[in-house]
Amino acid sequence: MNILYFLICCSMLVALIFLAAFFWASKTGQHDDVYTPGVRILFDDDPQSEKSEEDHFSS
Amino acid sequence: MGNKEHTILRTVCFHCGEDLPALRYQLDDKEFCCAGCKGVYKILSENNLCNYYAYNDNPGQRFNSDSRLEYLDEESIINQLIDYRQGSSSIITFYVPAIHCSSCIWLLEHLYKINPAIFSSRIDFLKRQVTINFNHDEISLRQLVQILIQIGYEPLISLQDVVKENKNADSKALIIKIAVAGFLMGNVMLFSFPEYFGLSGLEQQFQELFGWLNLAFAIPATFYCGRDYFLSAITSLKHKHINLDTPLALIIAVLFFRTAFEVIFKAGPGFADTLTGLVFLLLMGKWLRQRTYHHISFDRDYRSYFPIAVTTLANGKEKPVAINDVKIGDRLWIRNGELVPADAILMKGNACMDMSFVTGESEPVHKVLGEIIYAGGRQTGEAIELEVIKPVSQSYLTGLWNNENYHADRSKQNFNDSVAKYFSLAVFIIAFASAGYWGFAGNTHKAWSAFTAVIIVACPCVLALSTPFTLSAILSVFDKKGFYIKNTDAVEELAKCDTLIFDKTGTLTSSDSAKTTFKGSLSSAEKVLVSSLMRNSTHPMSRHILSELNADRFYTVADFVEIPGKGLHGTVNGLSIYAGNLSLLPSHLRRVEGNGVHIVIDNKYLGSFSVEQQWRPGLKELISTFDNKFKLQVLSGDTDKDEKTLRAIFPAAATIAFKQSPHQKLSVVLAHQQQKLHVMMLGDGLNDAGALKQSNFGVAITDNINNFTPGCDAIMKGSALNLLPAFIQLSRDGLTIIKISFAIAIAYNLIGIYFAVQGTLYPLVAAVLMPLSTITIICFTTLATGFFAHKRKLK
Repeated sequence: MNILYFLICCSMLVALIFLAAFFWASKTGQHDDVYTPGVRILFDDDPQSEKSEEDHFSS
Repeated sequence: MGNKEHTILRTVCFHCGEDLPALRYQLDDKEFCCAGCKGVYKILSENNLCNYYAYNDNPGQRFNSDSRLEYLDEESIINQLIDYRQGSSSIITFYVPAIHCSSCIWLLEHLYKINPAIFSSRIDFLKRQVTINFNHDEISLRQLVQILIQIGYEPLISLQDVVKENKNADSKALIIKIAVAGFLMGNVMLFSFPEYFGLSGLEQQFQELFGWLNLAFAIPATFYCGRDYFLSAITSLKHKHINLDTPLALIIAVLFFRTAFEVIFKAGPGFADTLTGLVFLLLMGKWLRQRTYHHISFDRDYRSYFPIAVTTLANGKEKPVAINDVKIGDRLWIRNGELVPADAILMKGNACMDMSFVTGESEPVHKVLGEIIYAGGRQTGEAIELEVIKPVSQSYLTGLWNNENYHADRSKQNFNDSVAKYFSLAVFIIAFASAGYWGFAGNTHKAWSAFTAVIIVACPCVLALSTPFTLSAILSVFDKKGFYIKNTDAVEELAKCDTLIFDKTGTLTSSDSAKTTFKGSLSSAEKVLVSSLMRNSTHPMSRHILSELNADRFYTVADFVEIPGKGLHGTVNGLSIYAGNLSLLPSHLRRVEGNGVHIVIDNKYLGSFSVEQQWRPGLKELISTFDNKFKLQVLSGDTDKDEKTLRAIFPAAATIAFKQSPHQKLSVVLAHQQQKLHVMMLGDGLNDAGALKQSNFGVAITDNINNFTPGCDAIMKGSALNLLPAFIQLSRDGLTIIKISFAIAIAYNLIGIYFAVQGTLYPLVAAVLMPLSTITIICFTTLATGFFAHKRKLK
């Protein structure tokens, strides 16, 4: 049963890591704007401009 | 049967979606309503940014900008605006009111395509802010703002950008506290589970370890997360009154000490689970109460209306100077459409002041040389020279804001705080009584445990939670209907209102739907002549008239002259045309009366255009629903030209006053408050800012929520005004819901107290009872709010 001591330490450590991660996220402003990134991710990349015609003709 | 139905194709502007006038601007087979929209499209298509139109139909907004940007070249002003500068790159944040859809985000985040000197730009959509990182060696701040203006996103640069107030720190600290409290609660629950399910003899060694661990977790929960409750309780006791935080602080303290006692003396498992759970839930309630809706900014006051810089004259040379640096004796050069930032004396020029910002009076006021012009006036007409007699911060307008009336503590006692007193009293009586009972029976151990158990179990935690939950649910209902309230406390104020004071201009009338009417007659040929003349002017009146006439062709105008503040004249097809006010007309025609734009063609007087504000629709029905329930009053800064109309709308008992100065409005509100009335003031802006701020519940009514808003408790879209009775009703329902949930909480507490007074309250009971009652209350308030919102037809 002494293994429980070790396990308790492990669980506390993991929980603390998560807490620290939350602090870091909060500090770097990840919770400041929770709306815009959701819109931003829906934007398409720009369509490639149509230069292909000219490229095929070697002048 | 013989009726033929015509389908009318109404085409709209490709850029902004407004209806097209008869004369159109065309480019790439697309039609635009004005040169501005066409210009924006041209820039976007040249830079390969037409995706802008892919995400939304007609995402643009019509705008006409005539801002002067010279001040952005001044080093001192640049330094005030810029957030950060290093090497050759600068970072600046602009507030852009025009941001309204996903296309805006797309376009403003692709600024680098327009000018490679812009490294990156990011938008915060809800705050309507764009943060731009640019190379200041290659592009000046002024050019950057010019680019934004060209694509139709003019940033609003005002005094607010310079005088920043940081309000974000408080909410961040609270979120960190919530995170810590949640972490502690989770772990304590984990270590308490063995206690709940019982430990076999083998595991006795762990019982002690878990006890100590729980105590260790209880320390930060009490002294870090719960600190604010102690501080608040101490200050309120110093002021000799009890608020809700007092019993909460007491309970947290009792829980902590009893837990410490039980763990150290091995007397039991302690109440660490209840303690951490309580602190976590309390902080959640606090966060709900603080959470405001980001798309409305309530902290914009007169500073957002004032420009950041003003042109001064020194030795005959114009120089932009930051407003804060304007000193007494400075000569200011105020052009057409610019705002007078400080009280000043007119030295030169013909001042024609639009004081609507201060008085609500829309007709411009003429001032003579040597007269004092108060801050907040807008010059219409030629440029004038002024000498400052008061610095900006002492001016008339800022005086309205910083009026000492507001510093008088209105001691807003909300329902919670008033109940807290009796609640604490009752708990103490029960606690002492049960302790006394066991003490007399000679059982000191039981006496002590009964005393602490009563205090623990009779926790007003539910009370602290039901209010924020109910009121924030109501806030979100209001929010969807275009009624934005500052915070939850204001909802309670709204429910108590018994007196309604309306401002007239912009509140009872709509500022958007001004109607242009023509007294007289114009033939269609004459209409074209007038339109041709008007087309050359940028004055709002000319624009109104031009859209009213909607001519399909124009002639060229010769000898065009625009006299600012007076009117226009020119020659079209050999006919001389005058349009403007009386002083401009040839003398033999000055026999007519009245304001507005008079039209004279070829020495023949034809009539006059006047712009009239429209009453908001449904006003009469709205006012009649208030009759007999509220005391009604109208305070207008305007002349009494609408008295008849208002008398017909309002009941006989209502008082109607005209030509009220801002200070008079303020004193009316104060007088009502001295009669112990709860005043709700509905106004549109600055000229009643003082009254709005002083009233118990000030509502700023606006047709464009991005506009400047004064210090008020709520902002309402003009279209939502008709729902006002339902809003008031729902806020009253909210208070009822809180009272019912209070009754439910009492019922739970009685069950707990039944065990507690016997001294047999086991920690498990406390640990189960608290979340159970909390969940019940949250479900009840949510369902009840939804039910009432349906009943009042707000959902």
